[in-house]
Amino acid sequence: MSPAEIAERVRSRFSDVAVARGEVTVIVAREELLETLTFLRADELLRLDFLSCVTATDWPGKDPRFWVDYELKSVELHHRLRVKVGLAETDAHIPSVTGLFPTADWLEREVFDFYGVVFDGHPELTRILLPDDWEGHPLLKTEELGGVNTRFVGAFIPPVDRRDAK
Amino acid sequence: MPVERVEGVHLGKTPEEVEEEVERGLLLTRLDRAVGWARKQSMWPASFGLACCAIEMMSTGAGRYDISRWGMELFRASPRQADLMIVAGRVSQKMAPVLRRIYDQMPEPKWVISMGVCASAGGMFTNYAIVQGVDTIVPVDIYVPGCPPKPEMLMFGILSLHKKVRTEVPFK
Amino acid sequence: MIINMGPQHPSTHGVLRLLLELDGEQVIACKPIIGYLHTGIEKNTEYRSWMQGVTFVTRADYLSPFFNELAYCLAVEKLLGIQAPPRAQVLRVMFNELNRISSHLVYLATGGLELGAVSVMLYGFREREVLMDVFESATGLRMNHAYIRIGGVIMDLNEEGESKIYNFLNVMPGRIDELETLLDENPIWIERNRGVGMLSADEALALGVTGPTLRAAGVAMDIRRDAPYSGYETYGFEVITETGADAYSRYRVRMREMRESMKIVRQCLERLAEPGPVMVEDPKVAWPAKLSVGPDGIGNDPAYIQHIMEESMEALIHHFKMVTEGVAVPAGEVYQAVESPRGELGMYVVSSGEHRPYRVKIRDPSFVNLQALPKMLEGGLVADAIAAIASLDPVMGGVDR
Repeated sequence: MSPAEIAERVRSRFSDVAVARGEVTVIVAREELLETLTFLRADELLRLDFLSCVTATDWPGKDPRFWVDYELKSVELHHRLRVKVGLAETDAHIPSVTGLFPTADWLEREVFDFYGVVFDGHPELTRILLPDDWEGHPLLKTEELGGVNTRFVGAFIPPVDRRDAK
Repeated sequence: MPVERVEGVHLGKTPEEVEEEVERGLLLTRLDRAVGWARKQSMWPASFGLACCAIEMMSTGAGRYDISRWGMELFRASPRQADLMIVAGRVSQKMAPVLRRIYDQMPEPKWVISMGVCASAGGMFTNYAIVQGVDTIVPVDIYVPGCPPKPEMLMFGILSLHKKVRTEVPFK
Repeated sequence: MIINMGPQHPSTHGVLRLLLELDGEQVIACKPIIGYLHTGIEKNTEYRSWMQGVTFVTRADYLSPFFNELAYCLAVEKLLGIQAPPRAQVLRVMFNELNRISSHLVYLATGGLELGAVSVMLYGFREREVLMDVFESATGLRMNHAYIRIGGVIMDLNEEGESKIYNFLNVMPGRIDELETLLDENPIWIERNRGVGMLSADEALALGVTGPTLRAAGVAMDIRRDAPYSGYETYGFEVITETGADAYSRYRVRMREMRESMKIVRQCLERLAEPGPVMVEDPKVAWPAKLSVGPDGIGNDPAYIQHIMEESMEALIHHFKMVTEGVAVPAGEVYQAVESPRGELGMYVVSSGEHRPYRVKIRDPSFVNLQALPKMLEGGLVADAIAAIASLDPVMGGVDR
């Protein structure tokens, strides 16, 4: 199916559908997420049964602040579709989709690790890439790039732009 | 083995007599030099591959570059059997305690080669995740630059370390 | 008994750590713990220009640098609404396929080493060195090339590189035969691999597993054919599948894929007979510097340096602007997937219209594939864990990024 046809098909059910650069994006509310993914997977013309990727972006100062992004793909029909959900800064909770797509397990943990978005109903929502005792969520736009204390010697190495050129 | 061409003062012999003695199969050296030589000849690296540099380290160990020419092809899995640690790749904050622990487990004497710019100074990854130089965790003897260093560069680093080990004074 | 395997372990392909719960020799539960190579590449790209992003992503999965570069550049080109010139696309495809062979060779070498077949390791690296020579002649570096750039490739293929590729194509088929003779019917190799690390097609798809692991379970999913990029639809090649769904089938898929890749490289070389530009003309996108091969290796082209330093002020200003500020990419978001040696490598790139990326997410196949490890190990023997990990071929640089 071409992107326009996919958009047409999805639009019959969801209002907020956009096509840009040959990619179809559906924006849904948090409450509708699980229902949406179930529908997209079951629909006989779409059959979006493979979850490629789950990730998020951070837009401080805007509402919604977080956009969680699901990249879906059809194994047999080869087309793709993106589902996006906006989350407010004060309420960064979203239902976990691990029940529908087991592959979301680590991908959701990564988003939690990087952005602090909480996936309700996730079997084991813990840090995945950073050490367990890490404080903060490094990919937030409000976090700095570097300058983390190195263990053992207590040396503080500032980010490049604040280093003394001695 | 470095042969000491002593001027005969210690033994009360003329240089000609010393020469004669050497020809008869006697080598004279200082103990510290002999120890240094022995250590250099039997260096076993601990395999501590982390990232891209680890692949180049493996290339160094494989057929073409053939690190066994210096008797070093035996990458030990256990740090307790190794006396050289080649930190090959970027060291993350999560890996840093592990690295230190492995270093502590190695028996004395031990040496460290920091392979690649990430291990040496953080390299291009000046960010929250990477330790900005492995020398903040363990003492480093040789830094090998490059991203990743070619096997030739690692071999040069190893040979430089050999020279250092051979000439350093083991007893104080 | 609970044992800890890794993160510093000779047989886990880098710094993977596994918590294994054992009952005697049997694995009851397995929990992979990752992050020991977390590099912050995604955060770093947000602080550098679009062009510098290539240098960062190439170091994510360090065994398939060309694939990372290609996925990133295709994504940025999609945002810019441009396409690389035909010759650049052929070069991209060719280096990707050569890279696929070198990556599969490392799988074979390390996998062999882990199962105790040291000779396989030596042969694998011997073959790979031939390819490393090709890459060094053509791009200047053995690894982390940053060869594919936004709008094309950094330099045309030189004669030395081309003759080395021909040499490789002559030598390699015999070498693959040699490896197959050594392993295909080797009783120990079969014993250690057949029926080990089983992962059926349904399980693999549910867990998001892609690449040779999925194809070894009989699912012919290959992005090169399903959603072609860089002109893959015009090349003749087969999507290799096997039906065993075990470690041995994955080995067979990879061996056969190497031959398919060589088929594509041959077609690329035919197409390269026709000269043409390797970078888009648009001066707002194209990287200004020109590289050439001198007596001391690959570096800036002396003629170009003379041009900007002595002849044309305008060219110098333009060069300065491109190097310091770089490309401005229109706001938007794209997801571009390519078929890497380990599966679907996706790049989700978001631009806010500035001179640097707003977000670059690398969907690395190793990261997602590794989730299937507990499924593959549980119920098996602990010694088979090594073979199962090797058959998955995870690269920790890609897993932890």
